[in-house]
Amino acid sequence: MTAAVPSLSLRAKSTNARVRPYVFGALGLVLLALVWEAYKAVGPAEGVMIGDITVLPRTSDIAMPHLWTMWERLGEPVTSAAGSPALWFAVLQAAGFTLGIAAVGWLVGVSVGMLLAIVMQRFRTAESALLPWVVLSQTVPLIAIAPLVKRWGAQIEVGAFDWEDWMSVALIASYLAFFPVSIGALRGLGSPDKAHLELMHSYAAGWWSTLLRLRLPASVPYLLPALRLAAANAVIGTVVAEVSIGLRGGVGRMMVEFASAASGDPAKPWAPIFGAVLVGLIAAGVVIVLGLFVGRYRRGEVSA
Amino acid sequence: MNHSKRILLSAASMAAATAIILSGCSSDTESGDADSADSGLTSVTLQLQWVAQAQFAGYYAAVDQGYYEDEGLDVTIAEGGGDIVPIDALASGDADYAISWVPKVLGSIEQGTNVTNVAQIFERSGTTQISFKDAGIESAADLDGKNVGSWGYGNEWELFAGMQQAGVDTTDGITLVQQAFDMNGFLAGDIDAAQAMTYNEYAQVLETVNPETGELYTADDLNVIDWNEEGTAMLQDAIWADTEKLEDDEDYAAQTVAFIKASIKGWAYVRDNAEESATIVTAAGSTLGTSHQLWMANEVNKLIWPSTNGVGVIDESAWAQTVAIALDTQNETGTTIITEEPPATAYSNEYVEQAIAELEEEGVDVMGTDFAALTVTLEEGGN
Repeated sequence: MTAAVPSLSLRAKSTNARVRPYVFGALGLVLLALVWEAYKAVGPAEGVMIGDITVLPRTSDIAMPHLWTMWERLGEPVTSAAGSPALWFAVLQAAGFTLGIAAVGWLVGVSVGMLLAIVMQRFRTAESALLPWVVLSQTVPLIAIAPLVKRWGAQIEVGAFDWEDWMSVALIASYLAFFPVSIGALRGLGSPDKAHLELMHSYAAGWWSTLLRLRLPASVPYLLPALRLAAANAVIGTVVAEVSIGLRGGVGRMMVEFASAASGDPAKPWAPIFGAVLVGLIAAGVVIVLGLFVGRYRRGEVSA
Repeated sequence: MNHSKRILLSAASMAAATAIILSGCSSDTESGDADSADSGLTSVTLQLQWVAQAQFAGYYAAVDQGYYEDEGLDVTIAEGGGDIVPIDALASGDADYAISWVPKVLGSIEQGTNVTNVAQIFERSGTTQISFKDAGIESAADLDGKNVGSWGYGNEWELFAGMQQAGVDTTDGITLVQQAFDMNGFLAGDIDAAQAMTYNEYAQVLETVNPETGELYTADDLNVIDWNEEGTAMLQDAIWADTEKLEDDEDYAAQTVAFIKASIKGWAYVRDNAEESATIVTAAGSTLGTSHQLWMANEVNKLIWPSTNGVGVIDESAWAQTVAIALDTQNETGTTIITEEPPATAYSNEYVEQAIAELEEEGVDVMGTDFAALTVTLEEGGN
């Protein structure tokens, strides 16, 4: 999702050069729309098969509704029940809900990831002990942990604090989000040249000021792509966990509910998908804006 | 972009992010308080096996009409999700009661989960296998050699039992096709005979425009294999309770009677007020289309009413049939649901019979002998 967003650079550019990424971004969207409609128009009705495997979908209105059908559907009410809001409004509301949970998950994930990276950077033993587990943690399937997290959470009750289902979803989002941050930050914190470290040493700078003045700034080029990945992961984690534990309010649950309309009202299930795309774009956009903050440390990006 | 502008933009984006986070935090839907001492009601959580829809209309109606409150209960309905197993929620204490199909629970019981079926709400099975008329599939035997759709995950047993009873080789004689939540695979012809609940997927087909006629598909376009008629129906939606608590906790046992009583009253309301019930479920947050919701309420009514023994009473022969199928039927992986008879605690009519006696005293009709189903017209897309 991040790839669709043009990257901003703070280096002085002519207006032309600055506008160009947006133009290309928009062109990419138009191209996608054209490919969709063109394939629908000329593609075989039964889809493209290689042997028994379908590689391209059917072109029927059920499998691939027209883009304008989806657009028109967004303007109509969700159901014909009295007081039912317009579909676009319901989707926006759901997207906002999902985005909020993803943001919480992202914040928690980034905090935990940074903390892990700093600990691992500081103590060799911690790195040997933790890193394999950090990697292993990502091999646990989400559908296995989601109901567990919900159940454990339901048993937490401290005073007035009551664990709610949305927190389980945020926790699952953070579980996916912390990984790229911990790996990226660990590499970034270890990236300063030996000469720079020795210079800090000669200044009699302690571990803390070396971290603050040298290692953290040096980690920015590693960290930014990691934060973007974390944002994308947090969104995916949120949507999947919503489906998994059935949390009402977000686009994930909406996708499940609208799936039953896939035959009779084929444009309807696409609406929450657009909502999820929107959430992903906004999440990636927020990270780009964050990048503007630390622009002076950003001498280039190293992908995690 | 100059410096001050940049800071402004950053500040604005941070503010936006904060607002979003806060809005996420302020949602405290469906979290029932542990005890509602001020109202004097006992808090009870009911775990559904899926999201809010008219399949569970009776419970929503009982909440809406205050039937649970009349019995001293403050009921929170917890919706299901993709990976939520209702019986696990019940066994772990998250829920006090759970709605689940009997065959799905029998396996859990054999693995040591102590739960009891205290009210068999749905008397009949809603599972069918549907096909287009031109495929000529009129009985289970006709499925031989066909592409047969199945949802799997414990929803396939009646289908497999039906085919095996009709002598169809379920390993090599058919092509099993994994079915999704929608009927697109069936409509596109990938599946010759698809699984369909009378109250849901069957309606999904009837809400779809037939490209050949330009109008909605009709019941005349379809052949339906009804497992109730084929003799391989299994018991579906039932109310499950915690076995140990029933035995050890007198309050819980009494509360169970009260819960069943109010639930049956809710279902009686749905029988007599299908349209209002559909509206209640939609108001509770279901996004199903209006005509689809009403169709579902009406079809679910047909699975309950008229009742043979009084709604909720577990019919011994139907239970025996479900257990027999669970013991003998192998699915495509060669496994059966259970390998030995379930314990006697797997079901009990003690609580439902008491509830029914109390309801009859109050003059509530628990048989529905005069029940007449509505004729629901489905709109395109169920809207």
